[in-house]
Amino acid sequence: MPAHATKTASVQEITPQEAFGEIQDSDVVLIDSREPHEYAEAHLEGGILVPPATIADQITEKAPDRSARTIVYCRVGARSMVAAQQLAEMGYEDVASVGGGIIEWQEQGLPVVAAAALTPEQRDRYSRHTLLPEVGVEGQAKLLDAKVLLLGAGGLGAPTALYLAAAGIGRIGLVDDDVVDSSNLQRQVIHNTERVGESKTGSARKTIEALNPDVEVVEYNFRLDAGNILETIAEYDIIVDGADNFPTRYLLNDASVRLNKPVVSASILSFDGQISTFVPFEGPCYRCLYPTPPPPELAPSCSANGVLGVMAGVMGLLQANEVIKLVLGIGEPLVGRLLLYEALGTRFTELKVRRDPECPICGPDAAELPESELGQFPDYQAFCGA
Amino acid sequence: MPTVKVPPVLRQHTSGATEVEVDGTTVGEVLSGLVGEYPETGEQLFAEDGGLNRFVNVYLNDEDVRVLDGLETGVSGSDTVMILPAMAGGR
Repeated sequence: MPAHATKTASVQEITPQEAFGEIQDSDVVLIDSREPHEYAEAHLEGGILVPPATIADQITEKAPDRSARTIVYCRVGARSMVAAQQLAEMGYEDVASVGGGIIEWQEQGLPVVAAAALTPEQRDRYSRHTLLPEVGVEGQAKLLDAKVLLLGAGGLGAPTALYLAAAGIGRIGLVDDDVVDSSNLQRQVIHNTERVGESKTGSARKTIEALNPDVEVVEYNFRLDAGNILETIAEYDIIVDGADNFPTRYLLNDASVRLNKPVVSASILSFDGQISTFVPFEGPCYRCLYPTPPPPELAPSCSANGVLGVMAGVMGLLQANEVIKLVLGIGEPLVGRLLLYEALGTRFTELKVRRDPECPICGPDAAELPESELGQFPDYQAFCGA
Repeated sequence: MPTVKVPPVLRQHTSGATEVEVDGTTVGEVLSGLVGEYPETGEQLFAEDGGLNRFVNVYLNDEDVRVLDGLETGVSGSDTVMILPAMAGGR
């Protein structure tokens, strides 16, 4: 017998029905020998993607057991036969290729994991997302399903909302009771000169709807307070805090921990910015980081202050980046980390933030705090009038 | 000498300086040195009992001194002591 025939002797070609039967009845390692975009459109349940060019590098990590029954499939059965023979040569003992591939599999009416349906327009619009293996069609479908609430349609909220809208976040809620002022336009790029005097939420809605009709915009034309915050944030997956005052920040923290909602929180002042992501009970909360608000002389939010317009863009887009990672479940969000940005030196600094074991909001006694005390600091609001 | 990073809200009391080099072997000594040089920073950093004000976060490099030894935390010449205020600006 020729040498190569010996090497390929253990590779069988099996029909989709045979493969399906084996998968149902026993433990099988199922390898998808195609490219990521093909996998994203439809694949077999349990199929492990190992593109042909990566087999030599990745197979021992993704399918380490060489004695296991290993079934390889591709689109029509050609690439999978090559891959199966390659596996056999690498010492995989019991390898089969699915004849006819996933096309024949579907012809036979066998089940596949199909990508969430994107319309042709959406496939086009989000193609630069879906080309990323970390996003793909499934990830884009998650973004289109996501509901994100932005506190403030101002400096931070403007760039965050623009990019989240472009990314196809399905519902964007905007909380702001202010109107567009010409002094906003140096940084609040979602508004424009013609809209001076209009409500910020209405102006932002027009920009978002012109940018991306996939996004549903919900306007909350009021200030959050203890009486409305729980019902307002309850409908959202993620909250983005760009509020301009401490009472709202503490109130949001306390309510979001209560409802177990992640908060992406940033603030800007002059040339400096801070950002962190607070995921309740997984990492610290805002009060673990800042147990009490500073007095007015150290709380510049109590009066007008200068800010470099670009700072709003830098920090707002870092917030949008955190939101998208949280929705997709990829990367490392800024949980337990505070990122500082100094624009003048162009320096990023990262600090550790730890859970406070005695935190009144996310510590062991958190459940005992009555709702009426969420966001409360007895002496604070009186002298900071926000 | 250790470097103290001064946040924007305190720079009015440090003649605009963003970083100040101050001698000291503990966080407390370094901050006292800063107050010696710029007395107006004192009432914002320290409470009446001599401890840090509760609304002031002080970091030694990337770690909160509250989880180290507080003002007693040892400092070497290459360390950075950062005063970190909460900021609320979003607009």
